[in-house]
Amino acid sequence: MFSRDTWREIFTTLRKNKLRTFLSGFTVSLGILIFITLYGMGNGLINTFDKFFSQDATNVLYLFPGRTSMPYKGYKSNRTIEFENSDLEDIEKDFDMFVEHVSPIIRRSALVKYKQESNNYTTIGVDWGQQFAEKTIMMKGRYLNQRDIEEKTRNAVIGRLVEIDLFGSGNAIGEFIDLGGSVFKVIGVFQDEGGDNEERQIYIPYTTRQLIEKNTDKVQQIVVQFKPQLGYTGAMALERNLERFFKDKKFINPEDRNALFIRNVTDQLKQNQDFAGALQLIVTVVAFGTIIAGIIGISNIMVYVVKERTKEIGIRKAIGATPRNVISTILLESVFITTISGFTGMLIGIGLLRSLGDNLSEDYFITNPYISTGVAVFATVVLIVFGGIAGYVPARRAARIKPIVALRDE
Amino acid sequence: MIEIKDLHKSYKMGSNSLHVLKGINFKAEEGELVAIMGSSGSGKSTLLNILGMLDEADSGQYILDGVRIENLSETKAARYRNKFLGFVFQSFNLINYKTAMENVALPLYYQKVSRKEREAKALKYLDQVGLKEWAHHLPSELSGGQKQRVAIARAMAAEPKVLLADEPTGALDSTTSYEVMDLIQQINDRGNTILVVTHEEDIAHMCKRIIHLRDGVIVEDKKIKQVRASEYVQ
Repeated sequence: MFSRDTWREIFTTLRKNKLRTFLSGFTVSLGILIFITLYGMGNGLINTFDKFFSQDATNVLYLFPGRTSMPYKGYKSNRTIEFENSDLEDIEKDFDMFVEHVSPIIRRSALVKYKQESNNYTTIGVDWGQQFAEKTIMMKGRYLNQRDIEEKTRNAVIGRLVEIDLFGSGNAIGEFIDLGGSVFKVIGVFQDEGGDNEERQIYIPYTTRQLIEKNTDKVQQIVVQFKPQLGYTGAMALERNLERFFKDKKFINPEDRNALFIRNVTDQLKQNQDFAGALQLIVTVVAFGTIIAGIIGISNIMVYVVKERTKEIGIRKAIGATPRNVISTILLESVFITTISGFTGMLIGIGLLRSLGDNLSEDYFITNPYISTGVAVFATVVLIVFGGIAGYVPARRAARIKPIVALRDE
Repeated sequence: MIEIKDLHKSYKMGSNSLHVLKGINFKAEEGELVAIMGSSGSGKSTLLNILGMLDEADSGQYILDGVRIENLSETKAARYRNKFLGFVFQSFNLINYKTAMENVALPLYYQKVSRKEREAKALKYLDQVGLKEWAHHLPSELSGGQKQRVAIARAMAAEPKVLLADEPTGALDSTTSYEVMDLIQQINDRGNTILVVTHEEDIAHMCKRIIHLRDGVIVEDKKIKQVRASEYVQ
């Protein structure tokens, strides 16, 4: 069945019927090409979502104080809620089982000077654990440590762009900068994938910030890093418990929606992952629709091919072709075309995705579109197999045609 | 070589059935050149198709070279056709995208003859019909007479026991017809058994025996003195 002669016969037939070969091949190539491109774009969208959320750790809750909008337990409405150091300790004590680290945030804008250079930057008073919540990457030097917090040292960690702004090409480590009137020593330079804004920030110990501000114990925000094992439901439960705890502690009406805000990154992540998943599902459905359209295309062409060749099949049968010969000739031709053009379409598709790379990430939210070789090959093989089946049905019918019927002149 | 006994065949035409062959009996020995004549509708083509295993009889016996032909599966019929029979059709039935040589070599392909041998044989038979120089031309580049000669070469290539020709000159002018008949006579001279279906008297008289069919029965079966077609060919 697979002798060299059979192949030669197939090649000859395909070469001599160029238009037919081209049309069926083109359908298959196009089907696979569209499938791969669509599927790859879908993956690119998901990559974009992932990138948005990979900048920060996802096992994090942000607590922001607000203003009360309802009176409660003798307190008037429109009261400003504030966090303080004792709140941090309470979380660590009461939620010890769930929480890895609690870090405060005190954001202040400050004029920063080094020699002749000066500029306004956001300084952020943080705890040493904040490095993990922000996924801050140190380029050189070190991050704030526990000693810095406890001893209220005047050490600062500056962003990559702050170093470039103030020090040019010089090395900032070990230099002293004037930070809103106080002198700080630069102990580290960080980079952040969050973009330029995040790289124009300066981290200092929150204890030092409180000391500068007349030894206050107020805290602007609280960042709670919980144990990743909690998962999505655990994180949602923790969010509810924290809310109840603080509403109780700060005498806030349980119904009050303006006094306390909690941003749950896990929840947002899950929503976005669900969204991306739904998107991927749609893309997959459309892509497989394309494959099915391709299969239908091949079926149509095969029906046409067999019809067009009825007479030829009759001639072949009259001079001694068995039904098996007829089926295998038509089937091998069909499988051969689908295989060659299917894999051609696949390679073009993969090449197209490769060449797109990150060109679409700016405007279309498609980052690094790709398709795994497994999926690409699977789709191609599916098309080939069904193309074969699509060819087999009319081929079998053709093989059953009596030569006398096929040869009858119209 | 060929023996048929009490052959019947009818076709269903909607609710009626058309009785085409109503008990045909005849024998043809090896080396005969038989013309089957009759007006259209007399059943001559049906008879030829049954002899060629392209169609099946309803009842009756058909013995070809000592083998009873009955209850054939498609595959077996194809093998017998390939082994025993060569066909020549009125409309030539060459495969239009294959060259003359490839067309002639095709029956040998289905006999699983090697390619070199196929080509050598195809060229040999093309040479016998005088078309060796046209071996690499497509049918569309050949005249009607040339096409029929290629078809005859193809029928001969498998070296069949019997050559069946269905109106081989039906689509040709008389000069070309005589050339083709000359070729058929030459092949017969080498000992091949040939059956020719025709409705043309002059063509029939170039055979050695004429069978007349009318309304599905043989009305006349006579041996004749053969007219050599070469007399008319320049």
